[in-house]
Amino acid sequence: MQFVTSLKLLDTRAIELMGLWARMNDSELIDRPSMVFDERLSVVVGMLQRFSWERVEAGDASVRVELGGRITIDDAAALWKRISETLTHVEGVRQLELSLEQIQMIDGACMALLVQFRTDLRTRSVACEFSGGSAEVRRIVELYGGRSKTRQKRPVRPPVNAIEQIGSATLGVVGEINQILDFLGRLVASTLHVLRHPKSLNLRDVGRTMERAGADAAPIVLLINFLMGFVMAYQSAAQLKQFGANIYVVDLVGVSMTRELGPLMMAIIICGRSGAAFAAELGTMKVSEEVDALRTLGFLPLPYLVIPRMLGLILVAPILVLMADAIGILGGALVASISLDITSTSFLIQLQSAVKASDIVSGVIKGVVFCATIALISCQQGLATSGGAEGVGRRTTSAVVSILFALIVLDALFTVLLALFGL
Amino acid sequence: MSKPLITVRDLSIGYGDTTLLRNASFDVPRGDIFIILGGSGCGKSTLLRHLIGLETPLAGEIRIAGIGAPRLEGAAPRFGVMFQSGALFSSMTVGENVAFAVQEWTHLPPEAVSAIVRAKLALVGLEGSEDKLPAALSGGMRKRAAIARAMAFEPNLIFLDEPSAGLDPVSAVELDELILALNRNLGLTVVMVTHELESIFKVGKHCIMLDRDTRTIIAQGEPQKLRSETDDPRVRRFFNRETSIPQWQ
Repeated sequence: MQFVTSLKLLDTRAIELMGLWARMNDSELIDRPSMVFDERLSVVVGMLQRFSWERVEAGDASVRVELGGRITIDDAAALWKRISETLTHVEGVRQLELSLEQIQMIDGACMALLVQFRTDLRTRSVACEFSGGSAEVRRIVELYGGRSKTRQKRPVRPPVNAIEQIGSATLGVVGEINQILDFLGRLVASTLHVLRHPKSLNLRDVGRTMERAGADAAPIVLLINFLMGFVMAYQSAAQLKQFGANIYVVDLVGVSMTRELGPLMMAIIICGRSGAAFAAELGTMKVSEEVDALRTLGFLPLPYLVIPRMLGLILVAPILVLMADAIGILGGALVASISLDITSTSFLIQLQSAVKASDIVSGVIKGVVFCATIALISCQQGLATSGGAEGVGRRTTSAVVSILFALIVLDALFTVLLALFGL
Repeated sequence: MSKPLITVRDLSIGYGDTTLLRNASFDVPRGDIFIILGGSGCGKSTLLRHLIGLETPLAGEIRIAGIGAPRLEGAAPRFGVMFQSGALFSSMTVGENVAFAVQEWTHLPPEAVSAIVRAKLALVGLEGSEDKLPAALSGGMRKRAAIARAMAFEPNLIFLDEPSAGLDPVSAVELDELILALNRNLGLTVVMVTHELESIFKVGKHCIMLDRDTRTIIAQGEPQKLRSETDDPRVRRFFNRETSIPQWQ
C-alpha cells in the first residue's frame, strides 16, 4: 500500500518504476535488510532521473555539487529529494558551489527549487553560489534568482489575544447593527417618499417578484403543506383512536395549520427560494457596480430595488398562506377519511366549529410579517455585500440563517402576543 | 480662461483609517479630456468615485459648476459615468439599459425613447444591438454600450473608469477615437482614469499623476510636456515604461 501511494510521487513514470523495482529485487542492493522503504525509493529515484547530481568534497569545509542533464518539471520530485538529502548533510560545510556547467536544459520550476536550495543554505550560514552554465541556463538563473532586490519584509503582526478577539468581534457586531439601523432608517424615509410619489415605485419589479416568489413557489408550498397536514393527522390518529376521540383530528389539523404551520412552512420555503435569491441578486449587483451605476442614473437603491421586492412578497403572502391552510387541511381530511373513518361531511361540520375566523386572520397576518422580514433581511444583506463572489456567498448564507432565526423569534413573539390578547 | 468645470480643493480621501490621497487640489477645465494617472493601488478609481459622489471625502471639497458638491440623491443625472466593468444591468437588454434614465426622467412616449436609444447606440457603433443582453456582448461592446448609457441623458460631463483596459488594440483605438469625437463634436468634458500610455498621449489634454507612497499628486499638466520636461524620476519611469524586471537580448 505504501508503495502504491509513493508511486503517485513519480506519476508518469510509474510503470517504468515497477520494472526497476523488480530488477532491484535481484540486485545486491536489496540484500541489505537494513534498508528502509524510503532509502529503497531513493535508489529507484536515482535510477529513474534523467539528470545527474554529484556531490564532490572540494577541500576544507567546501562542497561542490555538479548538476547535469535535462531537468524538467517531471524531475522536480527527484530533484527536491536530492536537495532535501543534501540539506540534511551540511554540518561543518561553510561553502557550497552549485555547478550548472553540465546542464543541457532546465525549466523554471526546477530553477525555483534550486534558488530555494540556495536560500535555505544561506539561512544555515553556508555560502552558496551558482557557477557556470550555458547562456540559456544563465537566463533562467537571472529570471528566477538573479534579482538582487530583496523583498521588503512585512512587519510581523503580533498575535491577537483572546480579549482583543472578543473586543473586535463585539465591534464587528456593533458595526453590523449600525448598518442595519441605518438601512431601516433609510427604508422608512424611502417608503414615505414612495407613498408621497407613488409614480416613483418600480412596478415592474413588484410584478416580477409576485410572479417569481409567489406564483412560482405555489407548487412547492402546496406540496409541503399537504404533506404537513397529512403527516400530522397520521401521527395523531393512532393516539386519538385509543381514546375514541377520532373526530378531534379535525381540530388538531385545522387549528395548527391555520395558526401555525401554514404561515411558518410557507415562510421557510419563501426564505429558501426568494430570500436566498434576493440576497444573491442584490449582492451580485453590488459587487459588479450595478448598484453604483443605478445611483449615477438618478435612482436610489432602496426605493428602486428593495421596496418593490418587499411589496411583492407582502402582496403574495396572504394568498400563499390561505393556499397552505387549505391544502394542509385537505391532507388531514384525506387521512381522516382513510384511517379514522370520518366522512367528509362530518369533517367539514367539525371544521366549522373548530377553526375560528381569528385563527385564519392571525395566520395571514403572521405570513405577511414573515414575508416582510424575509425581504428586509435578504435585501439588507444583499446590499451590504462586498468582496466579489465569495462575499456574495457569505452574505447569501448569512441572509438565510438570519431569516430562519428571525422567523422563529417572531413566531414565538406572535404566540405570546396573541395569547395576551386572548386570540 | 473660463471658469473650470470641476474644482477640487485640499481633498483627502480614503477608507476608514487608510488615507489614499492627501491635500489634492486641481481644476478640470470645460471641454477638457482630463486623465487621472498612477500605478495600481494609488487610488485613481477611488478618486473618481469621490468626484462622482459615490463616496464622501475625509476632508476638502469638490465642486462641479452648476451642481455644487456631487450628490446622488434620486434626481435626473447631471453627468454620465462609465464603470470599469461597464456595469450594465444584466437583467435588461442593451436598449433598455440606455433607455433607463431617459424613460424615468422625461415624459417622452416610448417611440421617442427608442429613437433616442437607437441614435445613442449608433453613436457608439452598436446599431442593432438593442435587443441583445449584456452577457451576449464582447468586452469592448459592453464598454461602448455603457458609454451610450452614460450619454443617454445628454450630459456635458462624463466620467470613464479605465475605458480601454482589457480591450484588444483595435477596440482600444476605436474607443479612443470615440472619446475624441464626442469631445470635439459635442464639447463634452471627459474625466477618465487610465494607464494605457497610448490613450494618454492620443486623447489626453491634461492629466494628474497620483503616487501610492507619498499619497499626493506628483505631477500635473499636459501629458506630452510632462514626458519631455519632467525631472521627477517616478513620472519619467511611468512615461518611459521602465521596469524592475531583468532585461536581456
